[in-house]
Amino acid sequence: MDIFYWPTLNILLWGFLSVFLQTQQQASSSAIIAIIMGALILWMLFNRAQQDISIHFLEDVWNRNLLNLFVSPLTTTEYVFSFIILSVFKIVVVGGVMTVLTLLLYHFNIFSFGIALVPFILNLLFFGWTVGLLIMTLIMRWGTDAQILAFSFAFLLQPFSAVFYPVSVLPKALQFISYLFPSTYVFEGMRAVIATGAISPHLMIQSLIGNILYLALAIMVFHHVFKKVLEQGLLTKLE
Amino acid sequence: MHVIQVNNLLKRFKNVVAVNGISFDISQGEIVGFLGPNGAGKTTTMHMLLGIITPTEGSIHIFGKNFSEHRGDILAQMNFSSAYIQFMSQLTIWENLYIFAKLYNIPTPKKKIAEMLDMMEISDMKNKLFSKLSSGQKTRVVLAKTLLNDPRILLLDEPTASLDPDIADKVRTILKQIHKEKGMTILYTSHNMAEIEELCERVIFLHKGNIIHEGTPQALTKIIPNYAIEVVLENHTNGMETFKKSFHQKNIKELSHGHFVITTEQDALPKALHTIMTSGLKVKDVDIHKPDLEDVFIKFSREEKQS
Repeated sequence: MDIFYWPTLNILLWGFLSVFLQTQQQASSSAIIAIIMGALILWMLFNRAQQDISIHFLEDVWNRNLLNLFVSPLTTTEYVFSFIILSVFKIVVVGGVMTVLTLLLYHFNIFSFGIALVPFILNLLFFGWTVGLLIMTLIMRWGTDAQILAFSFAFLLQPFSAVFYPVSVLPKALQFISYLFPSTYVFEGMRAVIATGAISPHLMIQSLIGNILYLALAIMVFHHVFKKVLEQGLLTKLE
Repeated sequence: MHVIQVNNLLKRFKNVVAVNGISFDISQGEIVGFLGPNGAGKTTTMHMLLGIITPTEGSIHIFGKNFSEHRGDILAQMNFSSAYIQFMSQLTIWENLYIFAKLYNIPTPKKKIAEMLDMMEISDMKNKLFSKLSSGQKTRVVLAKTLLNDPRILLLDEPTASLDPDIADKVRTILKQIHKEKGMTILYTSHNMAEIEELCERVIFLHKGNIIHEGTPQALTKIIPNYAIEVVLENHTNGMETFKKSFHQKNIKELSHGHFVITTEQDALPKALHTIMTSGLKVKDVDIHKPDLEDVFIKFSREEKQS
């Protein structure tokens, strides 16, 4: 699986980026840097958000701390929210470090777009936490055999979320897949903000609706799977 | 007053019945031992009492409340320790305990942690990372967490497994001390029969998901009526056959020349000893083995296997 997964994703990602850059020969280098750096910062925040749930859960599994938590009065909702609260702090730090580095090294200031990017960033974080919850659910159900998802699943979304290039670069069939993810609308919205300086309410609302649907689905799947996990005694076997 | 009431508890994993419709009650302040060979259903029952495995059928009432409806309230007054659970390795002892003090809503967490660290004699290492501790130290941290919320019910799943005898003894002493002071109810599993005999007032013996015996350790050991007397005699050529004949053939077994094991009922023990001492043969060594829980454990396990 590994033999096909990473090469395929890399070929798709860098291939579509190359196609996009070919169409941008008239664009200024600062505009290209803004698109790539802006996308990179947002992507890192998304990946951080999903890993802050899935990897923190794995840390409890690896440390054999999970039973300690689940035999306490802690509820599953409180457990997941604790990850989200911790994630917010980490994201502020990670975002700060990346902002400073891109400013110093590439003279790119993500805050130069004002608050126009904020609604998109929030949407992206929500999608990251939703994906994290789904991965945590899969690990609960299938055990640590599924732990690779915590490190690799986000990268599967990367070529289809049009992170570094617009959706229009993708073939028609992939465009359809691309529009299934709220992250796509966020990155399209980010490019619109960089290009025009204005927020696109249309893309923001599409992203928000997608997020609500995915979150509802993730919560339903989690509750269903957690019930099965308790029935099958899988929580006690996780290590 | 019964703090734990279990009725017709059944757990089925696909086609395997792990716990087969068992019922038992545990009173406030009782220390009950769960005994049984591997796969008997002890840990599964314990996990159902903690809500980390859902029963297939049956009911669990703790403090008179239905567990599934009052999970949070009940768990706030219970705690659990096992040899197989640990804490976050990259946090210190104090940090780990502080998290759990907060989870259990302890009103004065710092004071309570200090008290627990003192009790477990690990105050001097409170700032040490959990990953740097020895297994004995780790067990004491787990026990400190277990006692943080002054639980009314303590579930201990092989808490002394993998500990050296000295630390295991210390853990038992601590448990006896806190039981005496606080009168908490303890449900205890262990493969160390001497430990169960020492700590528990009542024993529930499980096998293949069924309760096959229940009673005090003393009552259970009476199930095996025979004492064993192991005698080593000087190398007498004469008199050995006469010695053997003074016992019923089925009650004497010669392990090697001059080395015998004589089985006798408790009432007949003085007579058997008298026979040995008056045989005219020189006794090099004698050892009397009183039946204990381990013998009962082996007897039940073998009987169940044969059946």
